[in-house]
Amino acid sequence: MSEQAQSNPLVRRPVAENAAAETRKMILTLSSVAALSGMLIVGVYQYTLPYIEANREAMIEKAVFTVVPGGVQKRAYGFSDGAVIPDPASAGFGERFYAVYGEDRSFLGTALEASAQGYQDTIRILYGYSPEKACVVGMTVLESKETPGLGDKIDLDPVFKANFKALDAAFDSASGKLVHEVTVTGHGKKINPWEIDAISGATISSKAVGAMINRSLQTNLPRLLPHVDALKENTP
Amino acid sequence: MTATGMSESIWPVYTRGLWRENPVFVMQLGMCPTLAVSNSVINSLSMGLATLAVLVASSALVSLMRNVIPKQVRIATYIVIIATFVTVVDYALQAISLDIHKALGAFIQLIVVNCIILGRAEAFASKNSVVRAITDAAGMGLGFTFALICLGAVRELLGNGSLLGFDVFGPQFEPWAIMILPPGGFFVLGAWLLVFAWFKERSARTAARKEPSHAG
Amino acid sequence: MTAHGSILELQVSPHLHTKVNVSSIMLHVVYSIVPVCLFGVYQFGWSALALIVTTTLSCLLTERVVCWAAGKPSTLGDCSALITGLLLALTLPPGLPLWMGAVGGVVSIALGKALFGGIGFNLFNPALVGRAFLQAAFPVAITTWTPAGAPQRFTSFVPSTFAWPFSRPASVDAWIAAAGVDGFTGATPLSLQKFSHIGTDIGDLFLGTTAGSIGETSALLILVCGIFLIWQGLMDWRIPTAVLGTAFITSLAFYVLNPGIYPSPAFMMFSGGLMLGAIFMATDMVGSPVTPLGVWIYGAVIGLVTVVIRLKGGLPDGVMYAILLGNALTPLIDQWTQPRIFGQRKKQHV
Repeated sequence: MSEQAQSNPLVRRPVAENAAAETRKMILTLSSVAALSGMLIVGVYQYTLPYIEANREAMIEKAVFTVVPGGVQKRAYGFSDGAVIPDPASAGFGERFYAVYGEDRSFLGTALEASAQGYQDTIRILYGYSPEKACVVGMTVLESKETPGLGDKIDLDPVFKANFKALDAAFDSASGKLVHEVTVTGHGKKINPWEIDAISGATISSKAVGAMINRSLQTNLPRLLPHVDALKENTP
Repeated sequence: MTATGMSESIWPVYTRGLWRENPVFVMQLGMCPTLAVSNSVINSLSMGLATLAVLVASSALVSLMRNVIPKQVRIATYIVIIATFVTVVDYALQAISLDIHKALGAFIQLIVVNCIILGRAEAFASKNSVVRAITDAAGMGLGFTFALICLGAVRELLGNGSLLGFDVFGPQFEPWAIMILPPGGFFVLGAWLLVFAWFKERSARTAARKEPSHAG
Repeated sequence: MTAHGSILELQVSPHLHTKVNVSSIMLHVVYSIVPVCLFGVYQFGWSALALIVTTTLSCLLTERVVCWAAGKPSTLGDCSALITGLLLALTLPPGLPLWMGAVGGVVSIALGKALFGGIGFNLFNPALVGRAFLQAAFPVAITTWTPAGAPQRFTSFVPSTFAWPFSRPASVDAWIAAAGVDGFTGATPLSLQKFSHIGTDIGDLFLGTTAGSIGETSALLILVCGIFLIWQGLMDWRIPTAVLGTAFITSLAFYVLNPGIYPSPAFMMFSGGLMLGAIFMATDMVGSPVTPLGVWIYGAVIGLVTVVIRLKGGLPDGVMYAILLGNALTPLIDQWTQPRIFGQRKKQHV
């Protein structure tokens, strides 16, 4: 600005007035651009929100009905001071679970969240638990950054996933512990129904999945099992 | 007459970004998303189209407002405009497919700082008419998408044995895990740059050979 | 006519001539590697031999092609590509598909050496660049181990050896079962220790009758070959001393702290690729520092990182990454440890 003024003394105007006008123009431009962008964003947000929520719901639903086979309906619950409350407004990861019901509205089991440190980053999973069978009945990975071709087999390898079709998780309510802890064995060494056959070459990822399910069962079964009857009643 | 004159002057503006000044292969801009998300064709395509949308929309708006934006705050204004369209694209992508949105992760939001976009706003859109600005942005955006797909195709083919999700080599294929991992991005980008450098050198040689024959 | 037959011939120093040149040095290194290769073939059979031949041919061919493409005279004669090929094979599991070995050879020479400008300019040990690529590209194949001394090793190949290029290698389970080696689970002593806390007899480790990469198993033989190289003056004795010494001290410290969890220093020294890495890989003349102090630092970094990766990292063995890291630090170490030129003042800190 000052350069221009110096180079052309004929159009020199009072400096103060010039600067004030400049500032006004700057503020005006920036605020109108900001207002415009704000309106645009709000408009788009309002328009896309239902679609995004539908997508989220479909994603959760798909995961829940994968881990509890036969499920067609579900209801979200949250753990809260020894009680379970339906449709929790806000529940942290691992503090929420889904009760799953079949075609005939019968209670099939619950889908629970679990997470643990994997080889690369935290692995988050959803697994199904059937109180009736006292078994883990399914598992799917919600989030993982495990090595492609190796650790990511925890979600892709059908042989590994078969571990979770009927993983023994009998609970001894007297001692408040699992009868047998869920353990991970070396590849091809699974003997007992509470063991998980590790993926060859991805022992760390496999062990992480086993450990998180074990820990989640140990924490959640004591506060879930007393409410199973209530869950059976409260069909959606 | 005017129409042909128009298209003649516009055509090079469009093709420049596609090939001669391709943002990735020639100017080597926007390397961060290029390396990070190009591990499959679908991710590359989504990232490319998202960037294209932001680039075209922000270039158009910058060009429209080029005479009212004071020069002292022009960069701030461009960033606000770009950030707005990035947010719009972010929501749109979530509405279209959460899976793709998850795969691209933070790199959608990071389009804001993609230097191609700010670069075109500053170097071209702020000095040209709306039509020319949109043409330039479309060329650059498509050039970026093309480059990403080039990388994504090689990485998905070797790293997963598939193309756009379709199995190419059959079940017996042993995937090269490294190609999906970050180092694979660098290797494949290096290989493509080699190909482009070779092309450029060859065309320069043929041009040099033609030159004296013209003179003679 | 020309001035060729002039009376006075001027020559710059050095005036003494010996037969020592790049190819004679490299040839001696080859002599010292060959016994390790032969022992690997004896232990692991024809598959190991086929893999050694494949990686070597692949390295030589790539070197030739790269020279041709760059329009330079062929550098096959200096034997450095031969050494790269042999060393690469020594770091690979015996049953690795040959096509993967060939890919490793191409990467070693093209990416590890030629891109930096050929012999003398490589930042990293080329063989380890190839090994690192294979490790990242084919994580399953490169951790598929076959037992040492399987009875059928000279009558049949490991089934995975002849996998079609780009195809998944065949399962080796049946072959391992046929070998009938008691208690072999397809794991190396290091991974047994790390993941199952099963120790291995130190004597077996020292002699090399355990599973592992073709050339890493026998600590004794590698030591003998290393002493030959030191005696010939072709290797800086400080590097293996620093690597092994630091590894020993670090693992001793861990062992003293908690002998129940951490393996003994002797196990640390003789298992995995530490011996092979310390003697044949870390001593790469181009990738290691030139000053004596720098060499000590370089060796210590490698020894320390190896032990830390083995005990605290996710991988069973970390020698390869430790050496690559050491190579990467070399320019910096060299700069730090530049000796003061005689008469030069000590640098003042501003």
